[in-house]
Amino acid sequence: MTVEDLRELAEKEQARQAEYEHRILYCSSAGCVSSGCDAVKNELKKAIGELDLSKKCEMIGTGCLGLCGEGPLVFVSSGPTLYQHVDAAAARRIVEEHIGQGKKVKENEIDLNDPFFASQKKIVLENMGKINAESIEEYIAADGYEALAKALTEMIPEEVISEIRKAGLRGRGGAGYPTGLKWDIVRKGVADQKYVVCNADEGDPGAFMDRSVLEGDPHRVLEGMAIAGYAVGANQGFIYVRAEYPLAIDRLKTAIKQAERLGLLGNGIFESHFNFRIDIRIGAGAFVCGEETALLRSVMGRRGRPKVRPPYPSEKGLWDKPTVINNVETYANVAPILRNGSGWFAAIGTQKSPGTKVFAIAGNVKRPGLIEVPMGIALRKIIFDIGGGTPEGTKFKAAQAGGPSGGCIPTEHLDILVDYESLQTVGAMMGSGGMIVIDDTSNMVEVAKYFSEFCMDESCGKCIPCRVGTKHIYMMLDKIVKGEATENDFDLLKELCVMVKETSLCGLGQSAPNGVISTVRFFKDEYLSKLKKSAEGNTHLNESSSVPVVKEA
Amino acid sequence: MSVITFTIDGEQYSAKEGDTILQVARDNKIPIPTLCYLEGLSTFGACRLCVVEIEGSPKLFPACTTKPTESMVVRTSTDKLKKYRRMIVELLASEGNHQCAVCVVNGHCELQDLAYEVELDHVRFPYLFPKKSLDATHKDFVIDRNRCVLCTRCVRVCHEVEAAHVWDIAGRGIDCEIIADLNQPWGTSPSCTSCGKCVRVCPTGALFDKGAAVGEMQKESGFIKFIVNARNKHEWVRTAHEEE
Amino acid sequence: MVQPEPKNHPSGDNRFKLLDRAITKYHASGDALIEILHVAQGIFGFLENDLMVYIANALKLPLSRVYGVATFYHFFRLKPQGEHTFVLCTGTACYVKGANEIQKSVEHHCGCKFGETTKDNKVSLISARCVGSCGLAPVAVLDDAVAGKLTTNEAVRRIQQWQEEKKEVAA
Repeated sequence: MTVEDLRELAEKEQARQAEYEHRILYCSSAGCVSSGCDAVKNELKKAIGELDLSKKCEMIGTGCLGLCGEGPLVFVSSGPTLYQHVDAAAARRIVEEHIGQGKKVKENEIDLNDPFFASQKKIVLENMGKINAESIEEYIAADGYEALAKALTEMIPEEVISEIRKAGLRGRGGAGYPTGLKWDIVRKGVADQKYVVCNADEGDPGAFMDRSVLEGDPHRVLEGMAIAGYAVGANQGFIYVRAEYPLAIDRLKTAIKQAERLGLLGNGIFESHFNFRIDIRIGAGAFVCGEETALLRSVMGRRGRPKVRPPYPSEKGLWDKPTVINNVETYANVAPILRNGSGWFAAIGTQKSPGTKVFAIAGNVKRPGLIEVPMGIALRKIIFDIGGGTPEGTKFKAAQAGGPSGGCIPTEHLDILVDYESLQTVGAMMGSGGMIVIDDTSNMVEVAKYFSEFCMDESCGKCIPCRVGTKHIYMMLDKIVKGEATENDFDLLKELCVMVKETSLCGLGQSAPNGVISTVRFFKDEYLSKLKKSAEGNTHLNESSSVPVVKEA
Repeated sequence: MSVITFTIDGEQYSAKEGDTILQVARDNKIPIPTLCYLEGLSTFGACRLCVVEIEGSPKLFPACTTKPTESMVVRTSTDKLKKYRRMIVELLASEGNHQCAVCVVNGHCELQDLAYEVELDHVRFPYLFPKKSLDATHKDFVIDRNRCVLCTRCVRVCHEVEAAHVWDIAGRGIDCEIIADLNQPWGTSPSCTSCGKCVRVCPTGALFDKGAAVGEMQKESGFIKFIVNARNKHEWVRTAHEEE
Repeated sequence: MVQPEPKNHPSGDNRFKLLDRAITKYHASGDALIEILHVAQGIFGFLENDLMVYIANALKLPLSRVYGVATFYHFFRLKPQGEHTFVLCTGTACYVKGANEIQKSVEHHCGCKFGETTKDNKVSLISARCVGSCGLAPVAVLDDAVAGKLTTNEAVRRIQQWQEEKKEVAA
């Protein structure tokens, strides 16, 4: 395929789509599949057939439409109108009234001017609700593979990296390491073979951003990986997806086949000398494999046990070769940056954290779902304007950001701006983007216990502080919850948390105590009220025993 | 070969390129406690006892895998490090079933030595009293998993030196265990060569010779360095220094 | 321990042909151990000792390596499962929305804990980390179908249905 072929294909597909007056896009992501979108799809199809409207409209399964709690969702391009809680009856009415008579179905309509939509800025999710998740032609019609074509035909690898660096793209998987810098190290590494790896082992409970991207727009990730491969000089990529995401795995398999068929993956892409293959590796249920060195070991068929860094994967990764490893969302940002230029990207978000971030909001919130917002947005805006706040009759207590490695952000810090550095100042972290809203019906000590149990179960067992330390942290929290712990136990817990954080081998152990440390910092009273009064009847703690805040490296 | 000059605990030392902080410290008789580390085997970096502070970084670094850089300033025994090392040994003591008084290696045990070194006079964490298995099916040796600290020296020596790969780790987290082949009785292992290297390198009484009574079993792990040097560098004569 | 010959499995079990095909696809590379274990579990339902010996032979891996990998990942099962599986999501969103209440009632109803199978071998209770349907919390996966916004009563009712199925057949 040449660049001209690609553009021709795009125009042909655009013309095909223009023939239809309406495009009905039903959400075919796992959330809506669970809400029963199959029945909706069948009814839509039946109704279109019966009313003989197939020349007027086409029906497409698309990526996540965002409002996962209100599913199944259906989007009609004319209007444009988004419908919620669509059941079979509503599906028929949409076809009969909206398509047939041009009248919207008011009962199911969602106001698109609602802050849920208005506050968002879509880059990674730009194709959600626009294209068929299983069609490479539709992706190409939406400027897909245009960035890869540009990189291969107009740019040398150094220019690609320089563009990513100028854009200021930072790793979306957690710590926010500059992507361009990482690529540059791999590019400079001298080796006969290099690799590109995509971390799609989205293990944080409460996070489903990567899953939605893989299910709704898989080609975007493949394109990003191929560009990375060209930039660093790798001809082989691996996507490591967790086994819990069967739909994402299916869609990826389909997408890889489609791309290979069109010559967008394989040998001599766009008639250049660049060859690139992508293989899928399926995880098997181990949270620790989200840690990059553990993930690489798992790709090589081993126990997912992290290794001491350095050496970093960019020097010695898969089979000891230089390896780029980024997560799904990072790769999803690459193509738009090359298409629109680094200046465009750098102007979005904040200076230190440019671009957008996808969050999955869930928990005690009125409108759980998938959102994409510019970096630097106030947390309050995410939770109250977009998420709609907590359910009636309850009060907001904390937002848990960053999964088990993250921390809880209380009411007094609601005005914090969401970027990498700010979140760390309150002991939380960006993590991969899971955001759980907790209201006053939850006890924070029990929340901490939940996270510590998670970390204990997911510890790989390699280093002593994490293997044994997380067990004791969990046992002590259990003792506190049961009301059997004393002040001494509480002091020991705090001491242990700091020690596990500082001495553990990998990111899992180093961040495992964060849930406890942050709840002790902001919700100390809830701990104190559960402690047994000591013999002197004195539960007052002196200041020197409070948990020191450990600075992040 | 370039030489690096750096500081450990206020004194200047030089290191050859590729040396780790631990190697330089050992060569200069600076004590840094270790458990999973064994000269001659690959480094594992898991016990975290050898962590040191490096000026300019808030993080701690394992001395066994960290290589010094020019004018690096390393501290090996600050109060914080001593406290953490003590806690690590404390955690180990609570994890297994370690009863020195009835143990075959009483008096010759690396875990016991560590406990003395860090002045562990009591354990503040509740003992976990795990129910681990004892396997005496092998004709010469016994494995008592109650005394295992999961340092994986046995796994590494069996794979890297004997090349039989009898041992590996099964399970995850606190449930990790050393297993032979398909988690079968050691005596039925088709791959075990009965060489006994795993028994020699085990730092505790988890692996021991059959018939050894309390305090009788003395380990001798220094021979691994000898074997590896003999193979790689053709140094067939053991020096007194290596005997220790 | 009997070491079955790679290829032509002595049992004559055709399922080994399927497994061999996967092994060939991955060039019998030891690095593909996890992929092969996935395939093997898909074909045989769980990883029996003989099956692991077969795989170790085919991929030229030490037995203990295969066993170590199989027990590291929660997805792999070394024991057979019940007829039905009830996978409860214990992710944070589901936790906040009361998954632990469902867990308690279901365990009470089944008389066994999560990670176990009922005595009649009818239902296996499994807990999952996060199935990624957080917008619908609390969530369970009942025989591969996701049930969102699940209540305690509904969970127990669905399990009861499975259990009564058997009685009807027996009657």
